[in-house]
Amino acid sequence: MSLVIEELSKSFGDRLILSNLSFTLKRGEFVSIIGPSGSGKSTLFHVIGGLLVPEEGHITLNGTKITGERGHMSYMPQQPSLFPWRTVLQNATLGSELSGAPNEELAKQLLQKANLGDMLKAYPHQLSGGMKQRVAFIRALLSPQSIMCLDEPFSALDSFTKKDMQRWLLETWEQYDKSILFITHDIEEALFLSDKIIILSTNPATIKEIVEVPFSRPRSNQLYLSEEFLQWKKKIVENLL
Amino acid sequence: MKFSKIWRPALALLLFLFLWEGLTRFLEIEPWVLPAPSLIMKEMIEVFPSFTPHIISTVKLVLIGFTFGILAGITTATILHVFPKVRETIMPFLVISQNVPIIVLAPLFMIWFGMGDFPKVLIIAMTAFFPIAIATLDGFGQTDRELMHYMKMMGATRKQIFFKLQLPHAIPSIFSGIKIAATYSVMTGVVAEWLGAQQGIGVFMTLSASSYRTPRVFVAIVVTIILSLAFFGLFLALEKLFTRWNREGVEK
Repeated sequence: MSLVIEELSKSFGDRLILSNLSFTLKRGEFVSIIGPSGSGKSTLFHVIGGLLVPEEGHITLNGTKITGERGHMSYMPQQPSLFPWRTVLQNATLGSELSGAPNEELAKQLLQKANLGDMLKAYPHQLSGGMKQRVAFIRALLSPQSIMCLDEPFSALDSFTKKDMQRWLLETWEQYDKSILFITHDIEEALFLSDKIIILSTNPATIKEIVEVPFSRPRSNQLYLSEEFLQWKKKIVENLL
Repeated sequence: MKFSKIWRPALALLLFLFLWEGLTRFLEIEPWVLPAPSLIMKEMIEVFPSFTPHIISTVKLVLIGFTFGILAGITTATILHVFPKVRETIMPFLVISQNVPIIVLAPLFMIWFGMGDFPKVLIIAMTAFFPIAIATLDGFGQTDRELMHYMKMMGATRKQIFFKLQLPHAIPSIFSGIKIAATYSVMTGVVAEWLGAQQGIGVFMTLSASSYRTPRVFVAIVVTIILSLAFFGLFLALEKLFTRWNREGVEK
């Protein structure tokens, strides 16, 4: 089970946005893509999600070509994008509902573990920003696809909530057999969460470097303060400059 | 509704009735020209038993016509939304059709479809149809882009996008169309009855007017107003029921 991106290029008109991107996402791997705003990270997701067709290159999932095909990824957008007329529980099962088999019991369990047990029948407008993102993540997790694309999911949260959410995300994800492709512009976040970090340059987006993150799992908040973490951070910042 | 909000308009209405009553008495206006509110009230109580079948007949007509209007409005909007080419072709025609005065159509319908309920139901449905169709179409067009993006990234089919996103998203818009249509559908029903019916508020109205029983005409007017308000209230209540999730305002 792996996603292989080969020599992907995409342009809008005569402006090249993505240039010759190649990388792989292995089973159960957490890969972050970092780069400055406007570096074409979201465009990359749209190509992987099948909304855009690349001019060159292929996307292969478990040996099958899926270039330009939709529905192979589960997705968590930057805004929680919960459906306001659906309750928390109904929102959590939406992703799986689209593929035909919603599992309400599992959704209830996951929501309870995320401290949303007494909010099952609440509507999204009653939730805080962090709660909404938890529901959005559970919705993505419950979708049957084996690969999850997360597009800067925590960028709109305050830094305290963000740290909480990152830890919660890791704890929850570690119990599931899913691969994650994670877009962010936060270096610490990428280091804390990922197995591999892909550093993009801008105009057009090319891969500057792929960093293998050496920290073992499970990871705790102590990691943020370790000497090793800071050194890796420094290394990546230098790379981005 | 709170008392603090309602007392001003209530007082204004009371003052208006009081002035009306005073003027008719002071200027000694004949009841067949302009009856005093007290006289209308008395007439109402007196005539009510014989008036009730007329009211029931009109309510039935309006309910049937309006139901068809809602169904036709939502169905048409759905078709126009799903097939943009059809929309481009039909839309100007629909707008033009709304400029044909109903009062002209009504006698024509009587000629084509006879004196039964059908032409009147058709007229009520036709007047209700347009605002509902336009509001629904508007609602479909304003689907939240973030939610749409999520659905597309997840590989949702067109059918799923319509039933799980666009249709529920359009419900508040559909209801605003229904409420607009509801305010004048009772009136349309009454006017349609003028042009030929066995029974109904409109019939009662024309009969009373032609025999100079002006107080009765006013009774019919008052009942029409009350029915319109009740009709509006019914859909207001239904809207609240169907958009409970929207009560404290959608995030935005």
